[in-house]
Amino acid sequence: MTCLANFAGLFPGRQTPLRPVGPQALHIEHTLVLVFAITTIVYLIVMAVLTVGVVRARTKEPLPVPLTPDPSTERRASWAVGIALGITTLLLFIMLIDSFRTSHQTAVLAAQPAMKINVYGHMWWWEVEYPMDEEPYRMVRTANEIHIPVGAVVDIHGTSRDVIHSFWAPNIHGKKDLLPGYQNDLTLRVDEPGTWRGQCAEFCGLQHAHMAFDIVAQSRKDFDKWYVQQLTASAEPTTSEAAHGREVFLTHTCVMCHTVRGTSANSHVGPDLTHVASRSMIAAGTLKNNRGNLTGWVANAQSIKPGCRMPPNPMPASDLNDLITYLESLK
Amino acid sequence: MKRKTLLFCLFLLALCACKREHRVFDPGATAAQPANGTVMNDVMAGATQPSAAVPIQFEESAYAVAEGKRFYQAYNCVGCHANGGGAIGPALMDSEWIYGSKLEQIHSVIVQGRPNGMPSFANKIPDYQVWEIAAYVRSMSGQLPSDVAPSRSDHMPTVRSESSRPKEHPADENQQPLVPGRSK
Repeated sequence: MTCLANFAGLFPGRQTPLRPVGPQALHIEHTLVLVFAITTIVYLIVMAVLTVGVVRARTKEPLPVPLTPDPSTERRASWAVGIALGITTLLLFIMLIDSFRTSHQTAVLAAQPAMKINVYGHMWWWEVEYPMDEEPYRMVRTANEIHIPVGAVVDIHGTSRDVIHSFWAPNIHGKKDLLPGYQNDLTLRVDEPGTWRGQCAEFCGLQHAHMAFDIVAQSRKDFDKWYVQQLTASAEPTTSEAAHGREVFLTHTCVMCHTVRGTSANSHVGPDLTHVASRSMIAAGTLKNNRGNLTGWVANAQSIKPGCRMPPNPMPASDLNDLITYLESLK
Repeated sequence: MKRKTLLFCLFLLALCACKREHRVFDPGATAAQPANGTVMNDVMAGATQPSAAVPIQFEESAYAVAEGKRFYQAYNCVGCHANGGGAIGPALMDSEWIYGSKLEQIHSVIVQGRPNGMPSFANKIPDYQVWEIAAYVRSMSGQLPSDVAPSRSDHMPTVRSESSRPKEHPADENQQPLVPGRSK
């Protein structure tokens, strides 16, 4: 069994259930490997018997019609069918018991005290909220990037702001549906530092395929540093370009949907941009966060994610340039 | 023969139904410009200007009207006008129209703002989105065909859906042209 489980090592991906980095994903992976092994062996045996039967039927003389049953062959056939039925029932029970065991083991983590994170599914991005101690001034809001300390038990409170989405980071846990008007909880733990990718696993409209997120598991020290940094208001522009960029941001259409804490932009329709430059991806895991991609996204997001909620923003090149400079300064 | 004719008729019918489902994601650089000043009515200084074409395609696409409904919430129109019944701002689902019931009139109300509280959204909303909101506002009092008006809400329904509302008849529906002999 362990030998079979090791084949997962062949796929060192950051979005696969075959490389578990948490206790629950480990249990799920064991069940996956067990079921895969049993069904593969059964499939191979069935195929082998079928092949032998076909080959023998072709080489042998055709049987005389009408058939006269031979009592000893009949008895042997009954035994064979009986044994096969018994093995099938046994295998199904093994898989059933293993599946029960896995559901239990993935659920026991929920009993432990945990750090809370609220995740809201939007068409087509993820809003992430850290309601630390339920104190408004300790609240951090970000998008598409969930930072957690390695080894900490984390309680994800998931819900949706529009249609049904599904939260799925295969390296860490199974899927959990995010439903509008209802809170679904998911408790997880990541034991290996790294960036693990997750995706929406419930078809939710045009850009369902471009709705990914990253779970960044880091040491407690790094996490605290990140959290304290996220708590601060947005950076004041230091150059004249960035200052003009902020002016463009505040006097243009951006303010209708986005928040930059520390300015008058305070809308929650789109992602919070207070520390947008600190995130590694933009557009829900679609593009790397660099100057070129950011410019393209702001200028015409519809050419990148057709149908997404971000409108095209035609503006003079100098304004766009300064706006991107400002956004890049929001570390 | 009969069957062929029937199939051909069905095909023609399917062609007719296309406009309702017409979706434009990228409206182009001109339409995506932030909305700015529009002509309000026929009364203007100097020679009359040729009136700009009113983009009625927004009133014909169920997608555009549904988008308008979303913006109505997202841009907080709902904060003052509620879901059409009015609160701080006037009701939008009745037959009373202070500044006119036409698509372009609603567009200019949103863009320019109006006395006693209606803020101007000039430079804050892309032009095509203003048209979508205006189209949705018209659907609130049943001015749009029921196959285009939204038939459901994302929140708990408290009023009849826009698509099943009876058509209100605003007073300016059969407005006389201001200059006799010149048709609007």
